[in-house]
Amino acid sequence: MEPLKDLKTRELVLNMGPQHPSTHGVLRLKLELDGETIRKCTPYVGYLHRGTEKLAEGMTYIQCMPLTDRLDYISSMTNNVGYCLAVERLFGIEAPLRAKYIRTIVSEMSRLSSHLLWLATHALDIGAMTVFLYAFREREVIMDLFEMLCGARLTVTYPRIGGVKNDFTQEFIDKLYDFLLDFPSKIEQYETLINVNRIWLQRTVGIGVISAADAINWGLSGATLRGSGVNYDIRKHFPYDAYDLVEFAVPIGKNGDVYDRYLCRVEEMRQSVLILKQCVEKLPTGPILAPDAPKFTLPPKDRVLNEMESLIHQFTLITKGPMTAPKGEIYVATEAPKGELGFFIVSDGTGRPYRMRVRSPSFIHVSVLPALCEGGLIADAIANIGSIDVVLGECDR
Amino acid sequence: MEPAEIASKIKELYPADVVDVRDFRGQCALVVKKDDILEILMRLHDDPEFNFDFLKDLCGVDYLSKRTPRFEVIYQLYSIQHKHMIRIAVQVPEKSPSLESCACIWNTANWHERECYDMYGIVFENHPDLRRVLMPEDWEGYPLRKDYPVEGPEEEWRGFKEVLQKHEEYKKYEWNR
Repeated sequence: MEPLKDLKTRELVLNMGPQHPSTHGVLRLKLELDGETIRKCTPYVGYLHRGTEKLAEGMTYIQCMPLTDRLDYISSMTNNVGYCLAVERLFGIEAPLRAKYIRTIVSEMSRLSSHLLWLATHALDIGAMTVFLYAFREREVIMDLFEMLCGARLTVTYPRIGGVKNDFTQEFIDKLYDFLLDFPSKIEQYETLINVNRIWLQRTVGIGVISAADAINWGLSGATLRGSGVNYDIRKHFPYDAYDLVEFAVPIGKNGDVYDRYLCRVEEMRQSVLILKQCVEKLPTGPILAPDAPKFTLPPKDRVLNEMESLIHQFTLITKGPMTAPKGEIYVATEAPKGELGFFIVSDGTGRPYRMRVRSPSFIHVSVLPALCEGGLIADAIANIGSIDVVLGECDR
Repeated sequence: MEPAEIASKIKELYPADVVDVRDFRGQCALVVKKDDILEILMRLHDDPEFNFDFLKDLCGVDYLSKRTPRFEVIYQLYSIQHKHMIRIAVQVPEKSPSLESCACIWNTANWHERECYDMYGIVFENHPDLRRVLMPEDWEGYPLRKDYPVEGPEEEWRGFKEVLQKHEEYKKYEWNR
């Protein structure tokens, strides 16, 4: 038998992903390991790169809308809303009040849906199967409501430049309200299952700690930033749609670890329910498309089917687009469930964006993974990936 | 501070570098020369009056045959404490598309600059790890340049040819052949 002093150790390179279930589809991490400890972590992205920004340059402003669905496909409503707001600001038009409320409602529903999927998969990655099943149960209700609203469940393309596609029905409002009354008790169920679960605490408390100053320096946003104790929420800093007309709190973490990021998102779900309730109760009557932009917004479907002028209007608008975009550049950001989603549009005065840049939170959150993982264990890498809540469709664009 | 106020202050501080101020819908963009960009950005980050601690975004724009110099690199800066923002547009010439990296100021610039290099071929000097980020490492050309075709180059990417070749080779291991 060889004496122990002759034993040699060497660093091992482990490729995690792009097919590993915890890497959310197509994220690949190259881990250089010393035993179980990660010495170096190098993320590789781009496996889902579809050239969204390049495609947008060849499309009209209206045609670009379905492209935005496919960025963060877990919450396509918020992507649509973010894009619409950017184009509206560029053209100088404003959606009517009812449309603003409707957009706020669908955005918050989308946030709930996104956070539920995050909670389900994050818990599953760490080993909690029941939460996965419970969270999907509630998410299904939101998906059904989206289907009732616009016919689609995932890639909805529901908001429009200057408003929304169609109005709420009373049946939709009733079902949504029933859900809102029921949902807080479901959040309590999740918390009962994992909040003080010994395994959950050991896997999350003190893992992937990032300080407030570092989080800002790394460009983090959303609950990932707020988990580190930074009070930055675009819904409060630059309110859009109806966010300045409702009251809600912004949950802030203390320690900046995986557990704090979890707590922030769960509390955000509660705040979303509050926002939704206020919006449903205050929902004003009125038009759902901007009346001051007839050359920009599509005519209502019943008029398209019955009037020749409306049909021609829709046809020219879809095929040619509005021809009088003012020259200029605009950056508009919204608080998407993952973080700050920004659209930077350069207009050269034609009906197509000369340059459309998408500032996606997932791209930045993936870049911070080495800072979170290095020095930790392999198992912690799984918890870290879950805690930053990335969608690779948005990261790669 | 309002964006226009920030813009005028920076113009006063760096009169030789600021070429233009663009104002559109309440947002201000300072067009600056690339020579002293690192110094200007450092000032914007460190000076407590500005305190631009949050680099929201960094991207490139190609103004092929529309403007000279051809490229611009856009910085979207924000101060969480003061709640103010400004946009910096740095002019980058076509002949030697390079400028100083700001990854030493904001860590987040690391990946943004990699993406800008990947898509436009703009080189960021003193960048700690300037590699392609979204395209394969052996990809040729810069996809977001205006003269790059939307359908991609006519010539097939050689990495794809290698994959097809390997696929053919591995067919001999299929059990039913």
